[in-house]
Amino acid sequence: MSLEELYREVILDHYRNPRHRKPLDRADAHAEGVNPLCGDEVTVELAVTDGRISDVAAIGQGCSISQSSASMMTDAILGKTVEEVRDLIQRFKAMMDIDHEADLGLDPDRPGAVLGDLEALQGVRRYPVRIKCANLPWTTLAQALDQLSAS
Amino acid sequence: MSGLEHLRADFPVLQREIGGKPVHFLDSAASSQKPTSVLEAMDDFYRCCYANVHRGAYALSAESTERYEAARSRVASFINASDPTQVAFARGATSALNLIAHGWGGEHLRPGDRVLLTEMEHHANLVPWQMVAARTGARLDFVPLTDDYRLDLEALEEKLDDDVAVVGVTGMSNVLGTIPPIPRIAEAARSVGALLVVDGAQLVPHQPVDVQTLGADFLVFSAHKMLGPTGIGALWGRPERLEEMEPYEGGGEMIADVQLHTSTWAAIPHRFEAGTPPIAEAVGFAAAVDYLDKVGMDQVAAHDADLTAYALELLADIPHVTVYGPADVDARGGVISFTMADVHPHDLATILDQQGVSVRAGHHCAKPLMRRLCVPATARASFYVYNTRTDVDALVDALGVASRIFGVG
Repeated sequence: MSLEELYREVILDHYRNPRHRKPLDRADAHAEGVNPLCGDEVTVELAVTDGRISDVAAIGQGCSISQSSASMMTDAILGKTVEEVRDLIQRFKAMMDIDHEADLGLDPDRPGAVLGDLEALQGVRRYPVRIKCANLPWTTLAQALDQLSAS
Repeated sequence: MSGLEHLRADFPVLQREIGGKPVHFLDSAASSQKPTSVLEAMDDFYRCCYANVHRGAYALSAESTERYEAARSRVASFINASDPTQVAFARGATSALNLIAHGWGGEHLRPGDRVLLTEMEHHANLVPWQMVAARTGARLDFVPLTDDYRLDLEALEEKLDDDVAVVGVTGMSNVLGTIPPIPRIAEAARSVGALLVVDGAQLVPHQPVDVQTLGADFLVFSAHKMLGPTGIGALWGRPERLEEMEPYEGGGEMIADVQLHTSTWAAIPHRFEAGTPPIAEAVGFAAAVDYLDKVGMDQVAAHDADLTAYALELLADIPHVTVYGPADVDARGGVISFTMADVHPHDLATILDQQGVSVRAGHHCAKPLMRRLCVPATARASFYVYNTRTDVDALVDALGVASRIFGVG
């Protein structure tokens, strides 16, 4: 696996041009995630209307893997229901699971691709110390969802 | 070239290949590799003469005790301490600094006293003082850095007044490589009656250090950063300062007498060594300083300086690489922190690793310094006796790969 497969163009694009990075005027949930060992930080804000994610922000600093994962995550969850988002978190975590046996393939455009751009992050699985970078925004998102259900 | 290139053969780890590539180990500031002589000294000790130290009536314990105390003498002579009782073994520089902060600071700091540290301290020479300041009512103050990454000595002298009870400074920054002039700082500290604590975790492995001319009251260092094992370090103190310091941990080995309600302490330095000490590690520590003395600490320092000058020159030619640290090799050691354009240091470290180059990326346990430098993290390459210019060339080539992948330049 070459470094080019890890640092795919779509990852560098989201790293350099992160989507949904502006704090929300009105957030229904707000969670902050940090990897204390490496210093990566992601803050996730959600606005929910009629059970769907009507607005989202992911603000943070860190490596290209954590920050592109956050940016792609915002694209992926906007407009989805809370249940769909929970399902997406499961599927993303499964994809990043180092013990996951199925070869999910690396082409985000292949038929049946379920995670879209996010599948570009699959290459991270080959670099175990970096998996936590890719997962950070998703763990933080799960915390934000927990706030929604709590309130 | 400094002529130490043959030493690499003494380090088994460096003979490995990882992913078909030689190991270009550039993370000695975090921990160094170990030569065969250290590994064999510890192995031989376990095979020939291991038993618990002190108070054993049998031959093995007597022999083990002798080896442990001989190691203390050896480490003491390495820093030219006038007597081995001035050296207490600790788990490492961190635990030694905690002992000083709690054992001396906790005992002697009063509300209104100030502890003067610097902006470039490792968390190990900051957090223990924060803890003790909160307990005693002392305040912390910090000497800033100049824009060329040196300690601002004018600011230091302005901040020094009679309220300053302790000055704590790194002997060599683990991020910038900066080596502040300790004898000058010692003189300034002495003029206001302040205690000087030197964190020698980076300094002692890389430069000749003579505690009789350094001017410090306390000096701490870790074995694992100077070719020795993990789990042991040393605290050197002036005898009168060691006498003023209370033990931080109680237990076996550190007592003179124990009653049900009170105890009295053993003599220095044993009162600071509660519990069974790291005995084989002490033996390994002694073997490590034997190795360094055989090379010669002047040669070690010259070798670091040669590699540092070579690396700084090559890094200066790479577009978009920023180096954080003094440009003058006389004012710094072989620790080079850098960033490259908008490539995050963790990404740099991953890419470099794929080329066989091991560097550290992150805040290097110096978060306040990272804020001062206005960066969340840096990548850091650091050198030791076993590194060669080939390692530096590999670093530079690997940065070229990073530059290409991230489309920098």
